[in-house]
Amino acid sequence: MSESNSSSSRVTWEGCSVLLDINDGDRLVFARLSPAAKLKIGNKNCSLQPLIGRAFGTVFQVDTAPNGPYLSPAQVNVNNAEEIGDGQGNNEMDKVNVNNAAQARDGEVNVESRDNRALVDNNTAQSLTGEDIEAMRRQGARGNEIIEALIANSATFEKKTSFSQEKYRLKKQKKYAPKVLMRRPVARSICEAYFKKYPSKIGFLRVDTLSLLLSMANVSSNSDILVVDMVGGLLTGAVAERLGGTGFVCNSYFGQAPYSMDIVRIFNLSDEICKRILRSPISDLLPKESPEQVLEHDVCNVESQSNDQTSALASMDEISHSSENGISDIGIENTEPAIEIRKAPKAGERPQKEIIDSWRENGFSSLIVAAPELDAWTLVRDLLPLLANSAPFAIYHQYLQPLATCMHNLQLEKMAIGLQISEPWLREYQVLPSRTHPCMQMSAFGGYILSGTKICNSTANSSSNRTVLL
Amino acid sequence: MLACHPAKMLSFNRLISDGDLVIVYEKHDSMKAVTVCEGSVLQNRFGVFKHSDWIGKPFGSKVFSSKGGFVHLLAPTPELWTMVLNHRTQILYIADISFVIMYLEVVPGCVVLESGTGSGSLTTSLARAVAPSGHVNTFDFHEQRAESARADFERTGLSSLVTVKVRDIQGEGFPDDFSGMADSVFLDLPQPWLAIPSAAKVLRNDGTFCSFSPCIEQVQRTCETLRTHFTDIRTFEILLRTYEVRQEKMQSSREDGNDSNGSLPSKRRQCSDGSYVLGSCPSISSVMARPCGEARGHTGYLTFARVKCVS
Repeated sequence: MSESNSSSSRVTWEGCSVLLDINDGDRLVFARLSPAAKLKIGNKNCSLQPLIGRAFGTVFQVDTAPNGPYLSPAQVNVNNAEEIGDGQGNNEMDKVNVNNAAQARDGEVNVESRDNRALVDNNTAQSLTGEDIEAMRRQGARGNEIIEALIANSATFEKKTSFSQEKYRLKKQKKYAPKVLMRRPVARSICEAYFKKYPSKIGFLRVDTLSLLLSMANVSSNSDILVVDMVGGLLTGAVAERLGGTGFVCNSYFGQAPYSMDIVRIFNLSDEICKRILRSPISDLLPKESPEQVLEHDVCNVESQSNDQTSALASMDEISHSSENGISDIGIENTEPAIEIRKAPKAGERPQKEIIDSWRENGFSSLIVAAPELDAWTLVRDLLPLLANSAPFAIYHQYLQPLATCMHNLQLEKMAIGLQISEPWLREYQVLPSRTHPCMQMSAFGGYILSGTKICNSTANSSSNRTVLL
Repeated sequence: MLACHPAKMLSFNRLISDGDLVIVYEKHDSMKAVTVCEGSVLQNRFGVFKHSDWIGKPFGSKVFSSKGGFVHLLAPTPELWTMVLNHRTQILYIADISFVIMYLEVVPGCVVLESGTGSGSLTTSLARAVAPSGHVNTFDFHEQRAESARADFERTGLSSLVTVKVRDIQGEGFPDDFSGMADSVFLDLPQPWLAIPSAAKVLRNDGTFCSFSPCIEQVQRTCETLRTHFTDIRTFEILLRTYEVRQEKMQSSREDGNDSNGSLPSKRRQCSDGSYVLGSCPSISSVMARPCGEARGHTGYLTFARVKCVS
């Protein structure tokens, strides 16, 4: 795969970053593919070599070979006749799904008549012992054969409702026939993975909230977006993805040390896109005549942030033997960019003088802030003048009060209009025949956003009509 | 609307000129799209505004009417456009739009197919997301609506990114020449399940699909049909809660023996001149936020899926 279209490529290549979803989200691992990379699944160590050159979206299963376990693509079953593959053996995994679907359909026609009255939890239902299973394994039994054996030897399986039979199968499948789904690391999947496993690393920024920030700040090609990203680089990466190698995302920071943006490296951003990610201290962006009064902003916070860095992005998952095995936990990065072993994109250069001059001359097209550790109002007060007139902005915070104060002050100072604090509410549904309802668990909170549009700083404020600036 | 053309890029130096599309902002729920035309006027409850007064002013300016009333002139964005466009159909709003684009993984260069076009609210944001090199092909079976949408995209400067065609996608499916070409498909149709086989055909491997339906029965059938060719089927509902912020003074219950007045927050609102009507009792002023009393309770269900990967 050529580097230039890497971010849009649908097939993996050596050195490519992937998100591995093991057993439907039980484990989420970011990995960089190389022939030497290994991943531990259950108690088996599998090479990631077979994942190279495969399409994103492929599901892999663990197979056993004389020289150890290896990952092989699970046959996808497409139910229409002309596309059914030459079904050679290894599609049992998908049979599970087919069965589920079939059962579900049954469930709709005849309402389940079985219930749990006959089930007694005395741990005698399963007649297959651990040794039996081990013996099957030694004889080369595949995971799905073991599951079938477990079902055949379960005294209670037939008495279960079809729903709990399905659950039983799924539970056994996770243990004996784990699935590995290879996903494309894009803003959506990266944000969801972090939100699920390490929400604090991304400031509890939920994917729908991130999507709103990008809309509200009108992130579009050829624009210059000013960003304050203290959410590990997720915001910077998401903006760069939307710019697609045009315009610039200026990742700005107070003080001397830039904030960590390790997550940017998880995206498969092409060189062209990476060149558009620049990092600059805010003092460099301010008009020259103004002294660096802004630097009063919490240098201490910056420090605490950088102390966090190493632990902050420790791998998404307990990848057991990381570096010597070749699984680069993409999360871990030292602050010195010099330690770039692999051909990773060089995002985050200092902007050249001409670029800074053009920003000063034209202003930024918009501003996005996700800086839980900085005071929203002082930040916005200082940064808003750097935006072009009529530029939109969006400020994220996980607490309401700082945004309320910020909004109030912006109104008093008449710096912006269209001000609004909003909070998205996202609910997922289980949709099954006769069993459709909201999911039992949901994220109750995805953060707050203050959005608005910067207006011209007119000195003539005497106005006769009393339209409220809201 | 987009910065595809350097001349249209937002900048300190970009001034409103004859022929520009501006959003006339009265207040957050009262805006209007106006194409600036020398010699023309805008009349609203604040008075008569001469377009000629606007030309040469920067975007974001406050402009005054003959009576001294004022409005702000903003540069259009897809978000502002959604608030001012002509409703020819029910439209999608910012929360659904943003989530759809993120979840469909639409990025510059993508080819997106949409049906129906409706009022073009989502289309405008899709165009922004695929720019500068991608394309949105949008289909509506209503000839007149398609024509109005085309005129809108012309007006908002998006016509190079969007192609509007008249076609009944539910009945005929997407045109065959899109087979395997689309990165994403979006359906907002009364019977989306009828178009799903065609959606599976036009999508690339691992391509993404979304269907928007107001009713759960539609979702039910959609999901059943999706299971044949799609995987990773997930249904969501997204709503936006907005907050109002105001500075309020609350009487202190502690001092000056004013306890008898009760310690409830003052109900007194800010007067039009900005001062507060208050008694002499000591009070604490603070900025407070609360959710707005009314909100949209339902827009629709969003069902996402991914084409099964045949490798």
